[in-house]
Amino acid sequence: MNFLLEIGAEEIPDWMIEPALKQLSTDFAALLAANNLSGTVKAVDASPRRLTLWAEGLSAGQSDSEELVTGPPKSAGIGAANGFAKKQGATLDALDTLTTDKGEYFAYRKKVVGRTTKVILAEALPDLILKLYFPKTMYWTGKGGPRFIRPIRWIVALLGGEVVNFDLAGVASGNVTYGHRRLSKGPLPVTFENYEETLRKNYVLVRAGQRRQRILDGIAKLGANVKTDEKLLHVLTYITEWPTPIMGSFDASYLELPKEVLVMVLRHHQKNFSVEKADGGLSNQFVAVMNIDNDNEGIVRSGNERVIKARFNDAKFFWDVDQQRKLSDRVQDLAKVTFQAKLGSYLEKSNRMVELAQQLGGEDAARAAGLAKADLTTEMVKEFTDLQGIVGGLYAKVQGESSEVSQAIYEHYKPLSMEDSIPSTKTGQAVGLADKLDTLKSCFSVGMAPTGSKDPFALRRAAQGVVKILIEGGWRVSLKGLLGGDKQLEEFFLDRLKHYFREIRGFKYDEVNAVIATGWDDVVDVQDRLLAIQAVRPTENFEPLAGGFKRMKNIVTQAKFTTGKLDVALLSDEAEIELHAAAEKLRGQLQGLSYPESLAAIAGLRPAVDKFFDKVMVNAPDQSVRNNRLAMLAGLLSEFSSIADFSEIVTG
Amino acid sequence: MDLYQQTLFKLKQYWADRGAIIQEPYDMEVGAGTMCPETFLRVLGPKPYKVAYVQPSRRPADGRYGDNPNRLYKHQQLQVILKPTPVDVLEQYMGSLEAIGIDLTKHDLKLEEDNWESPTLGAWGIGWQVMLDGMEITQFTYFQQCGGVDLELVPAEITYGLERLTAFLQGVESVYDIQWAPGFKYRDVRYNDELQGSVYNFEMADVDMLWQLFALHEKESQRLIDGFAGYEGKRRYPLLAAYEHVLKCSNSFNLLDARGAISVTERVGVIARVRKLAVGVAQAWVLQEAVR
Repeated sequence: MNFLLEIGAEEIPDWMIEPALKQLSTDFAALLAANNLSGTVKAVDASPRRLTLWAEGLSAGQSDSEELVTGPPKSAGIGAANGFAKKQGATLDALDTLTTDKGEYFAYRKKVVGRTTKVILAEALPDLILKLYFPKTMYWTGKGGPRFIRPIRWIVALLGGEVVNFDLAGVASGNVTYGHRRLSKGPLPVTFENYEETLRKNYVLVRAGQRRQRILDGIAKLGANVKTDEKLLHVLTYITEWPTPIMGSFDASYLELPKEVLVMVLRHHQKNFSVEKADGGLSNQFVAVMNIDNDNEGIVRSGNERVIKARFNDAKFFWDVDQQRKLSDRVQDLAKVTFQAKLGSYLEKSNRMVELAQQLGGEDAARAAGLAKADLTTEMVKEFTDLQGIVGGLYAKVQGESSEVSQAIYEHYKPLSMEDSIPSTKTGQAVGLADKLDTLKSCFSVGMAPTGSKDPFALRRAAQGVVKILIEGGWRVSLKGLLGGDKQLEEFFLDRLKHYFREIRGFKYDEVNAVIATGWDDVVDVQDRLLAIQAVRPTENFEPLAGGFKRMKNIVTQAKFTTGKLDVALLSDEAEIELHAAAEKLRGQLQGLSYPESLAAIAGLRPAVDKFFDKVMVNAPDQSVRNNRLAMLAGLLSEFSSIADFSEIVTG
Repeated sequence: MDLYQQTLFKLKQYWADRGAIIQEPYDMEVGAGTMCPETFLRVLGPKPYKVAYVQPSRRPADGRYGDNPNRLYKHQQLQVILKPTPVDVLEQYMGSLEAIGIDLTKHDLKLEEDNWESPTLGAWGIGWQVMLDGMEITQFTYFQQCGGVDLELVPAEITYGLERLTAFLQGVESVYDIQWAPGFKYRDVRYNDELQGSVYNFEMADVDMLWQLFALHEKESQRLIDGFAGYEGKRRYPLLAAYEHVLKCSNSFNLLDARGAISVTERVGVIARVRKLAVGVAQAWVLQEAVR
């Protein structure tokens, strides 16, 4: 049998829909499995007002089954057996004997009648629906009532053409759905087969993929050169049921405002796509996506145009007002802007940033760091918070700061995410480092390190940004030096560093562990060593050699060997003499080699190491011989593990 | 095309037809319709209530001397409270837009997530901003908590921004060009308010006096809240007066803010002082209602 479930709700926030669908699918499959029902989830999909699941191949019910109930031991006698039989609702002669290693027992094969799928679903679905996770839920039927993301207004639950009856939050399940809020009228009875088509006729595309395509097709039809914007496209896909793009325009004189501001208004405030001219510049057009079929009378277009004009007017007003005071004059105002209650004002933060930026990037960086936060006092940033930094950079430029300085201010919040690029200039990188490091050091110094999922100051992102700038900007500096000796902060960075190399760069975790074990103060060097390991690892000798090093380390550790000097005269066995010679030779070769070359050369020790373990017993009866062998192994370990601790490599 | 006042009449009539009490504006300074006792106190407790009223709402920091076409120090809200929320509440709301002449088959209406919160009132709710052709015209909220108290019946709060809505309907680009009554524009009625209000709020309001007023009202409100527990005959205890002093505190705070007299650091602390009073009144109010 097929099964259709539609949870009809008031408009669900766009960004919560996909995770909820994923869970709906998983939980429903788990429900079938837990009740020994066949069937698979064919699809889940959604619009703002409905979460829908399609399943097929459901059995009509559970098959009947038998359950073996163990009773008293045979030795307990017929009285006990009678009691057991009675309790099971059976007669004495219906009992079986169960033989176990503890003896013989009375037993009864109880018939369990299977339940129908309809009954099982009716019982389980209310819970399944209410257990869907949403980041912020509400109640609506009264205190103590069910919680969901928004009120549930109808439920379609159809199993093989029949309604699965249940009640949830005062809503009875049925076969009735609803179309577009205004382009469709009244309740719509549906079946599994005609559900999508019925909705389509009533101006609802229940498939997000189809809505997305309708937006893209609409844009193509408008002939608009829209800048690709996956995030906005995703939002629009999930706040509409019948999306239709239209094009509007604004007075070209507004193009005098910085592109960043215009795009911010269009994109973030109005959820419109900006349109580019052939030369890549911003055009005075935009694309809005409506939730109705058409705008033949141009009503929606002119409405949007008026709102945009008002918004741009505001922006122009902010720009003009802000130019009345230079950024450099605003710096002192930062004394009145709190950075954080325990950490003082932004002026204090700026002063600390200047000092650090000076060390890292010299005069330009210091100048930029001093001005970087001044835009927090501007009207433009108060209105468009997301443009902080960018606005400062733009203002610095028109106020005559050098392009090195203005560019550094413009980019100093970068990278905003792990996908974002780092500031494009060394000066910008220095300012970005100074800003983020200051935030981190300050917060850690007053005990505001992130705990669990709580990270109100986005310190993880800040640290990740530092790591990314240092590595991708090629900063050969001492990270621990920058962290000022705060052990907790060092631990925090170590985690971020591992995260960066594993998750962002895709290195294997054992390689990351091996390389970091021998030091991580210079993170660019860590990267170079990782690249070397990655390159050499597939070669024939590397992993066996790593195995050999691990064995050496185990032996040395188990013997609690601490110090001791190798005495060449005490080497007697052929294999150990050879290993010593190979190591001596290798030592000479390593001079001036790159990391990959060194690793390849070290891997060349493998035959000698293999032979050594094959022929030589380290734990020789003679104490002095044993100590000498341990000394040799310890020496090899320390000498050839400067690139990576090979014993951390997980082998075959 | 409807005049400003005609649109108002229609909206009031629409909600009156659906059983709402049509109230007049509260006779004190408030920052939003939500702060009126008709909302703040009525949403508490187990009694159903339905009310609609226009509330002039003061936000001193938003003043622009009457120069800005869209920003006002004092704007008008139509506030609708439906407690408990009817299941077809969004249908009813959309019907109200159609009642004032908006054909929703030809306009783009979207509900975008926007959860409302007022730290000053210890109140929050879940809801949307309603966007019409790209303009926010209404805040729609399912109240969850008020004065720190979980609400027994969940009310829907519908707040229409009247100037925006009518400017939109009349197709004018400045709220001052809204035709209010025959021969009178919004400018004729309200410009002086905006100009002089801005001058006073930004330039002349006496900061020391405002701090004193804040302290006086805070003290009086707290005295009343403290007296409630030990008072015989709870029904007649003047919690409404206690609440009015909270409103006075809130307005003093807003004026101080407009004067730039409250640093960012102080801000949180002052908001917490007002919230403490609001929570105190709300809790006592719930007890008092239970006595009836």
